[in-house]
Amino acid sequence: MLTIGLTHYLVVAAVLFCAGLFTMMTKRNAIGILIGVELVLNSATVNLVAFDRYLGPNRLDGQITALFIIVLAAAEAAMAVGICINVYKNLSTVDVDRANTLRG
Amino acid sequence: MKRVMSTRRARAMDGFTRPARLATRAFAVIAAIGASSALGADAAAKGVTSAAAPGGLLEAFLFYGVALATVVSAVGVCFSRNIVRMAVWLFLALGSVSMVYFMLAANFLGAIQLIVYAGGTLVLLVFGVMLTSKSPWVKFECGKAELALAAVICATLLGCLCLVLGRTTWAGVTEMVPGASVAAIGERLLTTYLVPFEVAGVLLMIVMVGAAHLARQEQ
Repeated sequence: MLTIGLTHYLVVAAVLFCAGLFTMMTKRNAIGILIGVELVLNSATVNLVAFDRYLGPNRLDGQITALFIIVLAAAEAAMAVGICINVYKNLSTVDVDRANTLRG
Repeated sequence: MKRVMSTRRARAMDGFTRPARLATRAFAVIAAIGASSALGADAAAKGVTSAAAPGGLLEAFLFYGVALATVVSAVGVCFSRNIVRMAVWLFLALGSVSMVYFMLAANFLGAIQLIVYAGGTLVLLVFGVMLTSKSPWVKFECGKAELALAAVICATLLGCLCLVLGRTTWAGVTEMVPGASVAAIGERLLTTYLVPFEVAGVLLMIVMVGAAHLARQEQ
């Protein structure tokens, strides 16, 4: 228990993932769902960095992939907030259950 | 009528300053912890050649503290009903995750996490919250049945993941490693990962143009 290994970090990442999944499932606010997505992306990044540290130190592959994930998360957040603002302009709400006017 | 409007607005603004003040305080605390742990990581990297015992009590102590902060703030995100409170908890979660990176000897990534995520993405989200709600205290609830179903699914998934992780043994290094140098990361980015690096640059430009187009004012 006192020797910190890979498993410890993977458990933390698993908790982050499940918290993000729960947030995505239960929130009706589009920005709230976005916050859940951020948590899930962070759990993936923690996994990558932990594998990088314990399975292949000095190779940096995991850290660079994590860097790309952070870049993609920033891009995704920018686009998603733009879409949320547009949805709010058109429907006056960001409740995802009411954004169903595209449904056939 | 006008007076009613102005008092309501004043109340809304007053309600909004408290999370903002909390966020400022939290940012100061996280910045202080980040600076001190970066110094600690440097010291650990210097003392790595003389470190006989791998890990040790200090590492366990730090890890459990950071892990507790991460878990508590992640759970805070999923159980807070208010979107502004969610954003504050997310801020704490992102800060704790950057502490996890410092623990994993990824100093550069921890700094990037603080700058890009806590400084950029989160501010963007808070702007989104402000722009998409007339009052920041807007709530959308989901049903009790959905809540229970989601809780069961997530708890089952977490249980299964922990079970699998507990049964797996990883053949990895456990001794301390020096922190990754920024120079090495830059070199890898411009040699092995040159194509993804350029693609990410193009993607960022497209996203910038696209977001400006999406959020523009209608003529």
